[in-house]
Amino acid sequence: MKRWLAIPTLAWRESRNSRKRLVLFMSAISIGVAALVAIDAYSGNLTRSVREQSRALLGGDLAVNARQTNRPSVDSVLDTLTRHGIGVGHVVSFASMAAVPNGATTKLVQVRAVSPGVPFYGTIETDPAGRYSALQDGQFILIDPSLLVALDAHVGDKIVLGYAQFTIIGTLKSVPGDVSVASSIGPRVYIPERYLAETRLLTFGSRADYQGLLKLPAGTNSATFAKALKSQLDSTKGRIRSVQDTERNLTNSIKSLDRFLGIVGLVALLLGGIGVASAIYAYVAEKNDTVATLRCVGATSSQVLGIYVLEAAALGVIGAMIGVALGTAAQFALPHVLGGFLPLDVTIRLEPRAMITGIVVGAWTAMMFALAPLLGVRRVSPLQAIRKNAGGASRARLWNDVPRMVAIAALAASVVAIAVQRADSVRNGVGMSAGIAAALIVLWLSAALISWLARKVIREQWPFVVRQGVANLYRPANQTRAVVLSLGFGAFLISTLYLVQTNLLRQLAVSGEASRANLVFFDVQEDQIAGLDSIVRASRSPVIQRVPIVPMKLFAINGTPVAASKTLPPWAARREYRSSYRDSLGASEKVTQGRWFEPAKWKNGVYEASMDENIAGELKLKIGDTLTWDVQGARVPVVLSSFRQVNWARFEPNFFVLFPTAALEHAPKSFVLLTEAKDAMVRARLQRAAVDRYPNASSLDLAQVQETIGKILAKVSLAIRFMALFSLATGALVLFSAVAASRRQRLREGVLLKTLGATRAQIGRIMLAEYAVLGAIGSATGMLLSIGGAWGAMHFIFEAPFSPAIVPTVALTLFMMALTITIGLLSSRDVFRETPMAALREA
Amino acid sequence: MLVARELTQTYDSGGHPLTVLRNVSFEIADGSFIAIVGPSGSGKTTLLGLLAGLDTPSGGQVLLDGVDLTTLSEDQRAKLRGEKVGFVFQSFQLIPTLTAAENVQVPLELRGERNVSARARELLTRVGLGDRTHHFPAQLSGGEQQRVAIARAFVNAPRVLFADEPTGNLDTATGARIVELLEAINRESGTTIVLVTHDLALARKSRRIIRLSDGAVVEDSIMAAA
Repeated sequence: MKRWLAIPTLAWRESRNSRKRLVLFMSAISIGVAALVAIDAYSGNLTRSVREQSRALLGGDLAVNARQTNRPSVDSVLDTLTRHGIGVGHVVSFASMAAVPNGATTKLVQVRAVSPGVPFYGTIETDPAGRYSALQDGQFILIDPSLLVALDAHVGDKIVLGYAQFTIIGTLKSVPGDVSVASSIGPRVYIPERYLAETRLLTFGSRADYQGLLKLPAGTNSATFAKALKSQLDSTKGRIRSVQDTERNLTNSIKSLDRFLGIVGLVALLLGGIGVASAIYAYVAEKNDTVATLRCVGATSSQVLGIYVLEAAALGVIGAMIGVALGTAAQFALPHVLGGFLPLDVTIRLEPRAMITGIVVGAWTAMMFALAPLLGVRRVSPLQAIRKNAGGASRARLWNDVPRMVAIAALAASVVAIAVQRADSVRNGVGMSAGIAAALIVLWLSAALISWLARKVIREQWPFVVRQGVANLYRPANQTRAVVLSLGFGAFLISTLYLVQTNLLRQLAVSGEASRANLVFFDVQEDQIAGLDSIVRASRSPVIQRVPIVPMKLFAINGTPVAASKTLPPWAARREYRSSYRDSLGASEKVTQGRWFEPAKWKNGVYEASMDENIAGELKLKIGDTLTWDVQGARVPVVLSSFRQVNWARFEPNFFVLFPTAALEHAPKSFVLLTEAKDAMVRARLQRAAVDRYPNASSLDLAQVQETIGKILAKVSLAIRFMALFSLATGALVLFSAVAASRRQRLREGVLLKTLGATRAQIGRIMLAEYAVLGAIGSATGMLLSIGGAWGAMHFIFEAPFSPAIVPTVALTLFMMALTITIGLLSSRDVFRETPMAALREA
Repeated sequence: MLVARELTQTYDSGGHPLTVLRNVSFEIADGSFIAIVGPSGSGKTTLLGLLAGLDTPSGGQVLLDGVDLTTLSEDQRAKLRGEKVGFVFQSFQLIPTLTAAENVQVPLELRGERNVSARARELLTRVGLGDRTHHFPAQLSGGEQQRVAIARAFVNAPRVLFADEPTGNLDTATGARIVELLEAINRESGTTIVLVTHDLALARKSRRIIRLSDGAVVEDSIMAAA
């Protein structure tokens, strides 16, 4: 025991000259932990915010949603509730054009007509403050501030909605659940519900949603109440929604983000761990002389091990603590980059759980990764103190070295445990660990292969410097395995992350090749389309498309009424399809199954139709099935002749169901008209002219929408790249440590070569050759592996399609290669500086 | 001809100048075998470093075949070493990752020469290691390693061979064989040998002894022909 008391003092003194070097070791784990803490704290904040705000987001204890057309039946049920002391409010939402009287511009807005008392929870903040409570006092309107700018209006001015005028009494500062994406495409406006009829906006085919909000008496169990209410609502086509549903939906929608961030955290932590392992390996190599001297003066090998384990543990804890501080600081930056597209305010608080996890997991990871290389000090011979060439730490075969085997097993177990914890499912955690293990094995094999190949291909006639550089790959004590493993693994993790990120973003991205239309009119009535057509042509803009829209519901499949079906999803009967008819395929769709219907061809009085393949899949339909549609009360049977794949990301009118013209041309319908107006000015004038003549028709400036979506996407990518940067920083550190591991040996060799007459340029070229090969093999193997890794992550974790991004991946490979060479030459700059005198002095 | 003229070397030692060599001058004729002796700390290794162009002096000149080493850049001196200078170190200084033959080839290869393996084998055979050309330094004994170092020192047929305590890490018998090898090479190839040692018995094998003490030459004597 007495022999152990001196260990802490010795460890402290021993580290005196190398603390600077140990910073490298510390910084790797610090950055890893920082990423982990920032992510965990953000996730914690997000979950808490969802829980806290879900009632305000819903606006009541329960909500009943229905189409405005089904409102009477829903209201008849809700009206009975008011008699039982339950608060009932109404919200009608729809899109419309807004303008100021005699103004030049118009803008598509999202109208919310609200009854008094709505919302029951959460506050709508206005500027000037408190105006929301005054909304019901007259024919007033509260509008999004962006609308003031767009319409060049002021508080106190009037706004025209359809055939009614409203006085602006203020702007909306914050509305619970408002997403900036949505409000920049269609800014919100609030009007009192009792003036809704005066606008005359809710005409045939216009899409309006009705929501009945309920406020239950204190102490009522909303879940039980919802169940009871549901049976009463069954016949009304109203859907009930509770606070828990809102919470669940929100949690689901941020799950992908959460999972991605979880993987980023794991990657950062693992990279940090590898950084530690390489740094400790280099550190131990440099401490050989000290260890030998300590052994000469009587230290046992376990005492020596104790000294270095203690140093590593202390640094692991300090490094993790610095990481926690960095990560906590970083979490305050995250909401700013992610804020715009989340439907809630994420309030930032210190998350003690994330901080404690950071310290514990960080210090533990550092220790586990450090242990195996630290065990090397046990094997340093005291003979080295008197004879340099006695050789460094001799290495026993792994299977003869029980402590090293235990250390490696503990490391593997720790990695699996952390992966399982972060993946929040054993399957995904074990899968990720298996992927990591497979990557390591492949890297090890490719390192062995490159050593073997180097020995085989090397030729006498090659220039000396190239031969020397290539031979360094297989000579004794080469660094091939260490560098290829750490560089390759770093490249693998970073590239996997990059590919996953690109694929996730691609899911959100809107296809670049949008149609040339930049202005769209919708809700145009049958008797208005000819007039609108001439307005458009008068502005010298072409009418690109005039698309008829026929609203309908699915009544029966193969004769069986959908409402009676037990196997179909509940929305099958409720959904309102806005279908169309045309006799040819559009540019953004293709037939994937069956054949396109022939315009006039019909059998037994039944027309054919085409359906989107996804929705057909959900309804379990097959080619040849007969569907009966309810078109404004008329039953229209069709036979499915084809399924289509539709690119919904393109800004073009696309439809789940398409009919031959002959089938629907006499059905009641509205129109969508697409045009291409020369510039923003023409678009604004056209919109104004249309709204003046047809106040119920709406228009949308697609150019503006695309711009907005582009901005939002840029914001999301920025947020994701911000997190990926953590990993890249750690990756560079890992590389530094890997190269540092053999720095001492190369320094000696370089100086000796100089003594023998080598110029600095020659030494530089030898190193260039070696690092170029190492960098190329390491990063190329890592990149190839990452395609598999990213596929696995997309397939199993995100359950989304994967396509490799070749160009950026290759660019990343070249970048990693250049980084390896740069770091290799940088960390060897002492070779260039050192005079050959050192070779004499060292003797 | 190797000439030292007024060589002075001063280092900065914690803010104070520390002079380790002062005004050392001598000439060494081609083909001679001289020993530089002196106690530990007398400046022997510093002097050797300056004579071989491994370092630059604070003052004075070193002329090798009429070229002033102090006017050359580090890379120019490296090239000159590759052509005219050979080294044998006390701790052998073989590159541990190269085989015996590869170690011997290095100086030639640095000069860009091709097909040098035959020459390396020939030299290794001459120092008695013809059967160990593919061994790594760690697989050789101390005496064998020093013989590889000597073969390496002679591979570029240097004008001057500097030997820094070449027998310091060897037992007496092995050391004696190394010195015999050096003498034989000096005799056969006419290479100038500059031996640095504190071993007087070893120094007496040379034909001239320069004795250093406290950074200055205190004795320069020609030995009676052996």
